[in-house]
Amino acid sequence: MSETVNQHTEVSYLEYKGRFKGLFAWIFSTDHKRIGLLYLYSMLVLFSVAALLGLAMKIELIAPGKTIMDAQTYNSFFTLHGITMIFLIVVPGLPAVFGNFFLPIMIGAKDVAFPKLNLLSWWIYIIGAFIALSAQFLGDGAPDTGWTFYAPYSFRTGTNMLPAVTGAFVLGFSSIATGINFIVTVHRMRAPGMTWMKMPLFPWALYGTSWIQVLATPIVGVTLLMIVLERTMQIGFFDPALGGDPILYQHLFWIYSHPAVYIMILPAMGVISEIIPTFARKTIFGYKAIVVSTLAIAFVGYFVWGHHMFTSGMSGTALYTFSILTFFVAIPSAIKIFNWVATLHKASIDIQTPFLWALCFLFVFMVGGLSGMVLGALSTNVHLHDTAFVVAHFHFIVFGGTGYAFFGAIHYWYPKMFGKMYDKSWANIGLAIFFTGFNTLYLPMFYLGMTGMPRRYYDYVDEFHGPNIVSSLGALLMISGLIIIITNLVRSAKYGAPAEADPWQGKTLEWTVASPPSLENFEKIPTVTKHPYGYE
Amino acid sequence: MEKDQHTHIVKYKTYLYVLIALLIMTFISVAVTGIDLGPYTVTAALLLASFKSILVLLIFMHLKFDKKFYGIMVASVFLLLACVIVITFMDYLYR
Amino acid sequence: MDMNDHQVHIDEHRDDEGAKTGMWIFIFTELLLFGGLFIAYSVYRYLNPLAFHLAAEELDTTLGTINTVILLVSSMTIAMSISAMQYKNKKLTLIFMTITLLLALAFMVNKYFEWSGKISHGIYPGSMTLQEASRGELLFFGLYYAMTGLHALHIVIGMAFIGYVMHLVIKNEVQHDNFAILENSGLYWHLVDLIWIFLFPLFYLIT
Repeated sequence: MSETVNQHTEVSYLEYKGRFKGLFAWIFSTDHKRIGLLYLYSMLVLFSVAALLGLAMKIELIAPGKTIMDAQTYNSFFTLHGITMIFLIVVPGLPAVFGNFFLPIMIGAKDVAFPKLNLLSWWIYIIGAFIALSAQFLGDGAPDTGWTFYAPYSFRTGTNMLPAVTGAFVLGFSSIATGINFIVTVHRMRAPGMTWMKMPLFPWALYGTSWIQVLATPIVGVTLLMIVLERTMQIGFFDPALGGDPILYQHLFWIYSHPAVYIMILPAMGVISEIIPTFARKTIFGYKAIVVSTLAIAFVGYFVWGHHMFTSGMSGTALYTFSILTFFVAIPSAIKIFNWVATLHKASIDIQTPFLWALCFLFVFMVGGLSGMVLGALSTNVHLHDTAFVVAHFHFIVFGGTGYAFFGAIHYWYPKMFGKMYDKSWANIGLAIFFTGFNTLYLPMFYLGMTGMPRRYYDYVDEFHGPNIVSSLGALLMISGLIIIITNLVRSAKYGAPAEADPWQGKTLEWTVASPPSLENFEKIPTVTKHPYGYE
Repeated sequence: MEKDQHTHIVKYKTYLYVLIALLIMTFISVAVTGIDLGPYTVTAALLLASFKSILVLLIFMHLKFDKKFYGIMVASVFLLLACVIVITFMDYLYR
Repeated sequence: MDMNDHQVHIDEHRDDEGAKTGMWIFIFTELLLFGGLFIAYSVYRYLNPLAFHLAAEELDTTLGTINTVILLVSSMTIAMSISAMQYKNKKLTLIFMTITLLLALAFMVNKYFEWSGKISHGIYPGSMTLQEASRGELLFFGLYYAMTGLHALHIVIGMAFIGYVMHLVIKNEVQHDNFAILENSGLYWHLVDLIWIFLFPLFYLIT
């Protein structure tokens, strides 16, 4: 039986208005656009909570000794901050929000391949979030292991680990469901004429990401399951007292969690690859190189997990192998940077808020990437392992990379998603404050790490006081920037001026439909003949 | 194009032959473990298991009759898992 | 998952090939789920070769072989049910599926006796016998229970899936030109078989 989307005569299967009203029309909707927005709203709430936890930690660190919380509270704060930010925001972030909303539109489809599975993935996400967060309030106290749940502490600690680990396990299913959905959507539902090499780069990035989601998440799933079994049935997988090897836990955990970094960063790179040609009014430089490097990152990124474990006591051979592979994976990332910069060369650039976000992304991503090289080298890693340097590095990559791309994406696609334009000057002011705050917050942490301040302590010696004050003030500045940005976006959804279909003169398919898109996106499925960024 | 997919019908006889082959290999692998081949016992058992799984994948799971792209995906996934195991053993073999 | 099932979908997107692609990708996730456990198995076996040999002698090769035969035959019958469906023989399809379900049940009964036998000998995670055994044996049985337990869970899910598809076949919602879900349930069942093909030699045949 051939693939068919029959002409609709009566009610469309996407039609939700007939069946449910109000809130139910959203939470039971199988429309990819509504599901994308549901994810956006859920994440906004969770992100605010996790960001405030981060702020509280920085305020604690403004002075040595106990400032506003004791050690155990601090431990549970960085654990919850990590779990929420990683498992609930940056891993699902870009694919679940913008992938859901724009993947079908950008490839000229009416929906994703499995709309019901898509809705299910949001429900699993919400259930997983509740389970993970319930760990904070139930039982014997909030988890204090950090988001990595390292064995053997994760089954020795008396705190309430089970819900946290189970929640992360459940969230994996949501991630896998989205991954399966996107891969099949890209394979089966591209508009006629859209060959693989005519597909825009954001869908390409989502495609690479989906493969990692599908192939890496089960490994962490089973690892977390082993932790659950360990805690409940004393099986002894990772308990040295029972013959297990705690380092094997680290292997299994990072076999997922390193590729997870690429789940976070690949779609971010995809977003930047959309924003830059639109505002440069130029075809992206080296389209094929970007596609190939996307797939190369997805592939090589699978084999570098060991660089998180350089001081764990692995064999020397493993150390060299992982270090070399880590340097390999930097190559495709650098290729992308050169492509973006080359696209800007001699372009007549239209400077708008999304473009500024993309520029800031380039800066912070390079700082993050280069500091990653420092950590990827064996000798320097030993010196910097588990210091504030690592915290600065991954916030530059994860928050600087994915976070900036997320805000860039929302400023880029906001008129399409909500049909309104935000206040551009407030958006720029917010960005300026945020960017200043961000660098004031994290740059001193590189210095602190190099001079020896360990991570994950609520206290420090007096020598570290100065940079910590700067860093904490940066946190306050950054949060105020965030408040301006988010308030502006929320306000504009109501009061903003109506947006045109193509406010940025973009060339990809989402700009050919109305803002916001109609229920079925396209009246008639378009036929694609041109390259996605056909400006010349 | 999907029409071709589903018009291919595998004969009952084919399935029966495959089952017989699978059963024979099972009994061989049970018998082999009775003989002491030293380190090769494991190798033999795993080799037979691999042959069995290839038969299941090709015939029972229709990879032989499907588009090539499924076969490529399956092979890549097994290759990926093999690479992960090899790299993990970079640690354990030389520790 | 679907609250829409009672609704008549006028133009639901139907893509059998896409459904199959999706099922295959799901199967990959399942393979890697077990892959994680296989990694743990291979590492611990490498670290405790003798203890694994000793512990494996506790397992009953005959029971394991019978279960292997059961699963292989059931894999064939579910594959045959697809051919029967393509030959438009509804009755034969249902017969093959029933045989598959009965064989799956036999597998579970067998497993029940195997596990309860072990447990009555005091071999289960956290038991006194295992606490006194060597660390390698403890790990072997930990892995044995985790891996065969997870596999048994997949058998149960597979049985539910096949049962649901049988229900659709009876209601004529799966027919000779519309049997993607039957194929997918078959794929899932073969996956269960595939995993057992590796579990069997690794646990029962390393003596």
